[in-house]
Amino acid sequence: MSQKLFVKCKTCGTIIEKKKFKENYYVCSSCGNYKTLDYKRRLAMIMDKDTFRETNMHTDFYNPIEFPGYIEKHNSIVSTVDLDEAIITGRGTIGGQNVMIGIMDTRYMMGSMGVVVGEKVTRLFEDAQNYKLSVVLFCASGGARMQEGIFSLMQMAKTAAAVSKFSQAGGLYISILTNPTTGGVSASFAFLGDIILAEPGALIGFAGKRVIEQTIKEKLPNNFQTSEFLFEYGYIDLIVERKQLKEVISKILAIHSQENNLTYKPII
Amino acid sequence: MINVDIEEIKINNAWNKVLSARKITRFRSLVIMNSIFHSFLQLHGDRGIGDDKSIIGGIALLDNQAVTVIGQQKGNSPSEMEYYQYGMTKPEGYRKSLRLMRQAEKFGRPIICFIDTPGAFPGVSAEENGQAEAIARNLYEMANFTVPVMSIIIGEGGSGGALALGVANKVIMLENAIYSVVSPEACASILCKDSRKAPDIAGDLKVTANELKNYGIIDEIISEEGDVQEIFGRIKQSIVSELLRCSQLEGCEIRNERIEKYRCIGNEIEFFNK
Repeated sequence: MSQKLFVKCKTCGTIIEKKKFKENYYVCSSCGNYKTLDYKRRLAMIMDKDTFRETNMHTDFYNPIEFPGYIEKHNSIVSTVDLDEAIITGRGTIGGQNVMIGIMDTRYMMGSMGVVVGEKVTRLFEDAQNYKLSVVLFCASGGARMQEGIFSLMQMAKTAAAVSKFSQAGGLYISILTNPTTGGVSASFAFLGDIILAEPGALIGFAGKRVIEQTIKEKLPNNFQTSEFLFEYGYIDLIVERKQLKEVISKILAIHSQENNLTYKPII
Repeated sequence: MINVDIEEIKINNAWNKVLSARKITRFRSLVIMNSIFHSFLQLHGDRGIGDDKSIIGGIALLDNQAVTVIGQQKGNSPSEMEYYQYGMTKPEGYRKSLRLMRQAEKFGRPIICFIDTPGAFPGVSAEENGQAEAIARNLYEMANFTVPVMSIIIGEGGSGGALALGVANKVIMLENAIYSVVSPEACASILCKDSRKAPDIAGDLKVTANELKNYGIIDEIISEEGDVQEIFGRIKQSIVSELLRCSQLEGCEIRNERIEKYRCIGNEIEFFNK
């Protein structure tokens, strides 16, 4: 089998032609498993072609509590992947409508939130408020980043406050929960969207499954902490298939657009 | 839950603080509240699904100032600990606290929170009831109150479960309290695959009041010298002087000051745009 032409589904082991896998939005045609996307693939699927302009590009590595082994871990990641933090942010159009967009990428330390991620998320909302744009944010994160200690925890408060300010100014925030969205990210900006979408089958929750099993000795339900589980309990507006996401987001943006809200005259 | 052979490992200062903060004999929120405030009336329920045992909350007087008081409660015996869920708050607890805080905002009462939790409750029902959303909502709403919010970490300040009562104008720690993004055991287990490394990791994580004060994350440390009445006296004094300070400020100033306090953590990082 040619390495270049085929991929193997990590869940069911089915061999899929790479071209077909891409055409199917990196969803396994056999078992339906969603491959976690890197930010470039996500951008290509969501944004209108060639409209994305990155903002707040980060420069220096930041190690606020000088945690042992952190810089070594950072160096080893940046030498293998094309990103130096767990989120990229920018501006562009979706279905012809201007937005600020953030995409988290789990290839960098499981998408965890440290100070740089917290700062970029905060600036995303501040920029959106300045430009009077909506925010579309793709969440994918294991939670707060342990290596930055208390500084990571504070990013939860900082980002939540940023969403709050943006929201009070009337801004629209669409949060899309993708696999995985857990811990300190789910417990801050991820669950604060005006509209919360999720991809099917994503792991979403607060506490880790192992922690729950070990400390509480409870048996976990089959679909525990999946998109479908949270949908059932009322914490997600819609579960949207990947191939439909752009269309659904465009529709939400259109319903919130100025021309659909300022020109309306009630029929008496 | 402490799964560490203390004899085997070097005891460091941070780990000593972790052990002190978790001592079963340590003073709890309720005893502090009853000592500092009078006319304390406990209020119950989240008006949704229940009344979380780990959260004690209500209205009280601090001398002659009406306040809303909320605290995470542990026990001083194994059975009490179990009753109070070891101080681990469920979603209904965070929503109960939020309800009381909104009430405080409505009536212009300062909010005083006592934090003492190993972390938010990890369980099936907690996830079903939206633990993540409940914590996020507290952070979001606490940012906006125009009444003063003060948080005092009296024992364990465990991660998001603590922060959900900790978005405050002033954050205070008792001398032997800890405040951390993750428990040293969990961190050691994830990063070193060995929870017995927790005492060393506790040092690396910078969880002590002194370190956090130096970082500017907390504002004041309260000494634990003397008997409990002396300690509680210091806590009261600190609350009184903070409320006096806030009485000189407008509501919007109080809110902006709180938001800015968190906004500036990490804002010195330089970014560039294309």
